Amino acid sequence: MYSYSDFDEAFVRSRVAQFTNQVERRLDGSLTEDEFRPLRLMNGLYLQLHAYMLRVAIPYGTISPRQMRQLAYIADTWDKGYGHFTTRQNIQFNWPKLPDVPAILSALADVEMHAIQTSGNCVRNVTADHFAGAAADEIADPRPYAELLRQWSTDHPEFQFLPRKFKIAITGSPNDRAVTKAHDIGLRMVRNAAGEPGFEVIVGGGLGRTPMIGMTVRDFLPEADLLPYVEAVLSVYNVLGRRDNKYKARIKITLHETGKEEITRMVEEEFARLRPLFGGNDQKLLADIRAAFAPPAFRNAPVDAYDAFYKADPVFRAWADTNLTQHRNDQYAIVTVSIKAHGATPGDATSEQMRLLADLAEKYGHSDLRISHEQNVILPHVHKSDLPALHAALVKAGLGTANVGLLSDIIACPGMDYCALATARSIPVAQELATHFEALKLEHEIGPLKIKISGCINACGHHHVGHIGILGLDRAGVENYQITLGGDGTEDAVIGEKTGPGFAYTEIVPAIERILRAYLELRTEPSETFLQAYKRVGMEPFKAALYNTEDAQDAA
Amino acid sequence: MSRRFTPKVVTANRLREGDVVYLTADDRWSPLHHEAELIEDEAHAQMRLLHANAQKLLVVGAYLADAKPGAKGPEPTHFREEFRTRGPSNYNHGKQADLAS
Repeated sequence: MYSYSDFDEAFVRSRVAQFTNQVERRLDGSLTEDEFRPLRLMNGLYLQLHAYMLRVAIPYGTISPRQMRQLAYIADTWDKGYGHFTTRQNIQFNWPKLPDVPAILSALADVEMHAIQTSGNCVRNVTADHFAGAAADEIADPRPYAELLRQWSTDHPEFQFLPRKFKIAITGSPNDRAVTKAHDIGLRMVRNAAGEPGFEVIVGGGLGRTPMIGMTVRDFLPEADLLPYVEAVLSVYNVLGRRDNKYKARIKITLHETGKEEITRMVEEEFARLRPLFGGNDQKLLADIRAAFAPPAFRNAPVDAYDAFYKADPVFRAWADTNLTQHRNDQYAIVTVSIKAHGATPGDATSEQMRLLADLAEKYGHSDLRISHEQNVILPHVHKSDLPALHAALVKAGLGTANVGLLSDIIACPGMDYCALATARSIPVAQELATHFEALKLEHEIGPLKIKISGCINACGHHHVGHIGILGLDRAGVENYQITLGGDGTEDAVIGEKTGPGFAYTEIVPAIERILRAYLELRTEPSETFLQAYKRVGMEPFKAALYNTEDAQDAA
Repeated sequence: MSRRFTPKVVTANRLREGDVVYLTADDRWSPLHHEAELIEDEAHAQMRLLHANAQKLLVVGAYLADAKPGAKGPEPTHFREEFRTRGPSNYNHGKQADLAS
């Protein structure tokens, strides 16, 4: 993976020193809170409901065992022994104390990590397909481009005060696992007629209060044009984007207010101006970066032991069926470690689990770890012969849950248990859904299903693109949950449709059960997934199941 | 026409620790909601909020939260404020743990 250059190292250290000084000045009263707030946000430090929260970037979801151990050390030393993996490939510490934050940032810098630009109106952490460099369906590893974008956007003088935050996601595969269509800029690798790799550029996607699927502004962008083109998009947005109304400030609104044709024209004009100014150094840098992402030295060894174990052990087989993804090397598998044990908080890992994952990555996974936007941890390169031993070790640590892609593999934002913006809780809803369906032993029968829960309209839990989305609201001083159906975050991205009135906290789990029982009744065969069935029959049967019952009387 | 004033407490987060505190009638910051001063008069509420905002080295983000009288003292009326009195529901962390020990 990429290692910091002297420049990166010096930059991150100087930011730690600056922020250390800013914290000192806040604590001695030289800075007011109004003065300090933008400074702390630039360094990923929020003040939440019960405590401060520090958001640390895990660029494009790639993390080394050494870095993972350092996160565990930070969790033990300055927090409460755990961290929360987010839907944008960050990790959040929920309980740091302000005077300790400089030491935490310094400990992060020791392992080439930081919290810079994880908040504020700037280009945020660039996210990528969590199977990058391993997926069988990949055109190219998107991470070198993501790293190039990270370096370009970090402290970019023109883009530190954008109208609003700006999120970029990139995938190297036609099967989109990075939700590129719900980002300010989504980049999808494609090949042109000549077979050369490039990008489909999607602009103006986003969830939140005005959910929108992004529009393609370029079908094919040659890879050498990536930086000037992205810079052109940002420049146009920086000028046109609204600063008068926070709710209309994202590029998706700019795009709709200006019109796709006009904005594309402006971007292309700016691109034509910028392109000649890029003299090729970006491409030299990209070549260097690419070398850092060379694939590991794959082992060539028999996989008979895996095949035999798969046949013999039903527990292992269940896990292999849900938690493994095809690797581009036939002898290998991509392992998704579920951080969603039934009843646990989605995305929370203890320091002990972090250390174990670091050890297992070194022992079985070519020292590579990933964090997915779905809040799981990935071992992208595991030789199949090592899978039985790996699985046994995971099970022993409570990390062997066979539920990836199933009902209990829920995305949930922190909600009102932590977040100052939340209007309702989301974590306990996720916990109860998982334990309820586990008790019914239904989730394997239900099959592939993505439930996504947000505790407010800002949609950190991606509820709009959940097959079943749940949005927690405050309705007249009571938690109320609105359901959407048919959302999809893949290359066929769709915003889910509202079912109707929401449900009270105690009614939301039974409501979801009614939807799923209706699905089991109406599916043509077990292989027809919930999403396929929804696309076939539409909203009505589910609405009927939800609202035409005595149980639904509490619906408000 | 002025509506009837809903009783309030002044609440904020501690600058250093970030935890939730309430302004008492004798000018302390207490972690306990029921120790807060229950303010029944709008003008007095504004005075107390100004007083809180002046304590820049102690607290951050002071605001007035709705409350009602209870057996031990003021009680929150909204679920958000209720959560703030104890901590998250997924772990025994925050006040519910700190105050129990």
